[in-house]
Amino acid sequence: MTVAVESVLYRASSAGGPSGVVGDTPPRLVLPDTAAGAFGLEQERALGFFGSPVDPAAFLAELERSGLRGRGGAGYPAHRKFAAVAGAHGETVVVANGHEGEPASAKDRWLLTHRPHLVLDGLLLAAVVTGASEAIVYVSDADALASVEGAIAELAAAGLVPDGLALRTHRAEHTYVAGEESAVCRSINGFPAKPTSKPPRPYESGVRGLPTLISNVETLAHVAWIRRHGAAAFAEVGSGTSSGTALFTLTGAVERPGVYEMSLGKTIDHLIESAGGATAGIGGLMVGGWFGGLLAGDRSSLVCCYDAVREAGSGLGCAAVTVLGRNDDLVEVAGELSTWFQSESAMQCGVCVSGTNAIARAFRQMQRGDTSTVHQENLIRWGDTLTGRGACGFIDGAAALARTAGAELARRSERKES
Amino acid sequence: MRVTVDPTKCDGYGTCFAMCPSVFRSDDWGYASTEGDGTVPLEDEEMARRVIALCAEHAIREIS
Repeated sequence: MTVAVESVLYRASSAGGPSGVVGDTPPRLVLPDTAAGAFGLEQERALGFFGSPVDPAAFLAELERSGLRGRGGAGYPAHRKFAAVAGAHGETVVVANGHEGEPASAKDRWLLTHRPHLVLDGLLLAAVVTGASEAIVYVSDADALASVEGAIAELAAAGLVPDGLALRTHRAEHTYVAGEESAVCRSINGFPAKPTSKPPRPYESGVRGLPTLISNVETLAHVAWIRRHGAAAFAEVGSGTSSGTALFTLTGAVERPGVYEMSLGKTIDHLIESAGGATAGIGGLMVGGWFGGLLAGDRSSLVCCYDAVREAGSGLGCAAVTVLGRNDDLVEVAGELSTWFQSESAMQCGVCVSGTNAIARAFRQMQRGDTSTVHQENLIRWGDTLTGRGACGFIDGAAALARTAGAELARRSERKES
Repeated sequence: MRVTVDPTKCDGYGTCFAMCPSVFRSDDWGYASTEGDGTVPLEDEEMARRVIALCAEHAIREIS
């Protein structure tokens, strides 16, 4: 007899769910009309996108003034990434990364299916700034791919693709690691979408061995917005080193899971309130998708900016937020997550194969009733020592899970003893 | 001198951290990585070059 095991993990719906704007956030990407479906080229042009040509150096300076940081996960300053490829000699390539392998995130798919032209406007700008001869949209979701291909055809028909620029899509495999930058280049170059050891990084040698800018699709949408409205307007909202708005994918024990635009620097409870509130209290959070570990307890006052989330021991990442209810067992969630890490490893690096296996085994043994403290100690040690050891950041996510779940288990043990 | 270990190639032979522990370290399963940013102390540069040549998987590279 086969017993079906119900998943305790919350995943984002493929369509992203409902969308909205949080509180007094100025709507930039999620507009009232986008609820009705995809914007067309004429709607975007009516809003002033696909505007006048930019001077590459002046626009780079404008990007720096905006303080825009990448919305794909790492939060790296956008102008530095752009400048690294703009400063390269010879032919270059730009890639819009819409792969979104993170299971708790749907905002990139939402953007590509609701405002594909805005992303393409940002991609064309990136091509101008870096002097690229080829611009590629890298995507795995079928609906997102169809939406982008339709938008590219519209741009071509309207004569908006500059002469000398090849604009196309590349369909990616749907694995988690396929969205990592070096895996993106490998896939486009005709190989399995698996990360490579660095150096070289894609800005040095990427697609066809050329200096390649890889930018998340939401980052590119903000780039287009900055050309239209300016850096000062972009930075009117946000906090400290986190300027502008971001698309948050909210999942878990909330009334209306979905994609919400919110100014950076606001607290989690603003986000939860916009989604109709928590349905079962707040027992914990997962911020930055499945890669930021678990934050136990009611963390609804956590400020959503890069610095505050990092200080809390997690990472804002792609701004995917999962609310765990008080009925959700954090150890059970961590155990299933550890099995997911084990199965999603690209199986390239010894440390990743062995590390994800060991972490999953530790959780399994604890779930079978093994109360030995050695498992907690191992998890905390792996959490501290495995970060940065793989060819990509995948093992870092498993390490964050081990560190945060291990610490929570240790706290529970102490409470029992006292 | 700086070196890097390609984690996709390392097969855990352990030669590097046995011969040059100031630069290389091991995880729980014997796979190698560099200490810090892989900077080699001046007095260990010759040993680091020998380790690069001896690595059975050619997993270690000098990067600067």
